Amino acid sequence: MSNISFQLTVNGVAREVLVEPRKLLSDVLREDLRLTGTHVGCEHGVCGACTVQVDGRPMRSCLLFAVQMQGNQITTIEAVMKNGEYSPMQQALHDEHGLQCGFCTPGIVMTFEAYLKENPDPTDEEIAEALSGNLCRCTGYQNIIKAVRMAAAKMNSPKNQEVEP
Amino acid sequence: MKPAPFSYHAAQTLDEAFALLQAHGDEARILAGGQSLTPMMNMRMARPTHLVDIGGIEDLAYIRGNGDRIEIGALTRHYQLEQSSLVQRVCPILAAAARNIGHYAIRQRGTIGGSLAHADPAAELPLMAVLFDTEIEIGSGAGNRVVMASDFLVSIYTTALEPNEILTQVVFPTLVAGEGWGFRWVSRRVGDFAIVSVAVTVKLDSSGRVERLRLAVGGVDAKPLALGQLADAYVGQGPGSRWVEAIAEEAAGQMQPGSDLHASAEYRRELTQVLLRRALRDALDRLGKH
Repeated sequence: MSNISFQLTVNGVAREVLVEPRKLLSDVLREDLRLTGTHVGCEHGVCGACTVQVDGRPMRSCLLFAVQMQGNQITTIEAVMKNGEYSPMQQALHDEHGLQCGFCTPGIVMTFEAYLKENPDPTDEEIAEALSGNLCRCTGYQNIIKAVRMAAAKMNSPKNQEVEP
Repeated sequence: MKPAPFSYHAAQTLDEAFALLQAHGDEARILAGGQSLTPMMNMRMARPTHLVDIGGIEDLAYIRGNGDRIEIGALTRHYQLEQSSLVQRVCPILAAAARNIGHYAIRQRGTIGGSLAHADPAAELPLMAVLFDTEIEIGSGAGNRVVMASDFLVSIYTTALEPNEILTQVVFPTLVAGEGWGFRWVSRRVGDFAIVSVAVTVKLDSSGRVERLRLAVGGVDAKPLALGQLADAYVGQGPGSRWVEAIAEEAAGQMQPGSDLHASAEYRRELTQVLLRRALRDALDRLGKH
């Protein structure tokens, strides 16, 4: 089967790619666009490491063919840091020791950047339910839950909302 | 873990999709949300030569009330079912089932048509379709037809769909005033397919007797089972704890599940009994009668 050429919009930038239709979005991001922050774990939708956002919604990039994504806005972990500063979710993972090896972290950040917009003040149970789609073999999850709680509190505080444009 | 090569076709309309299926026959597979097909392709358990992507057919994604029916387009995603205020109000068991599918990120992409066409015997939406024996609308280049869920689901991963056909719409009934529901399941981990799942609805008449009872069990056979005859035998009675126990025990006795890596037949039968008991109590609790 031969390569086909099409355009993807990744982190707000239009990029030309020339790949086989069977190439997964996760592999196109990493190999063709050199955006290696998106990690590839199980490659069948279980581990959540490859989670990116498609039109603002978290999705498994290993369960999408890149060719399907023409016309969609793809956001990866590389676009989360703004002006050299961590997002509240990233900073909270750092502060609460919500990672050790860090392999699962990009997927967790991309999941909860979206989740906290939809549910800005989740209970621990709700956080755990949302987190169930992201496997972490280091932390035991407790510090990730704390980090999500901290990020939510920071994003909800009036001070933070004044600073945001 | 990379899919075998295929030709990709993006259909913008149903007619385009029908023409593509007509041209490629059973060498083609339909790609909707891809949350079941794509992992199977990654593992090379599925190797379609042609992939017909219907994701761009926007008018297949809708949830609309129509009298005492809810019409749901095939491309409606699980999170839309979960969050729909209409579904939450008039068929809350369906919203609860959608909320339990896979994980948060999977629910953003997976579709109701895809779930039903995939026909996993332990999945949530096939269980809901069987519980209500929903109307499933199917289109092809030759016209449309309606199949009831009990006929649509044939066996594990097998439906009544012909290679040139596309599932286009599912029609659920609304629950009425005085109708409670229960949905219970057991899975090893959050987001896994259930080992056994059960769904029930209970409607009482003005004297407090059972007027309508629906029962369905998933994970015990090659497709979810509706226990219609058994349910009918318990209509007209007062829904006390003996009524609950008798249904749970009789249903479990009828089940002939298989044993596999995940659970023994005996455990599945036990789960059927325990989960039906709990789901029936949930339904009665929701009615304030128990």
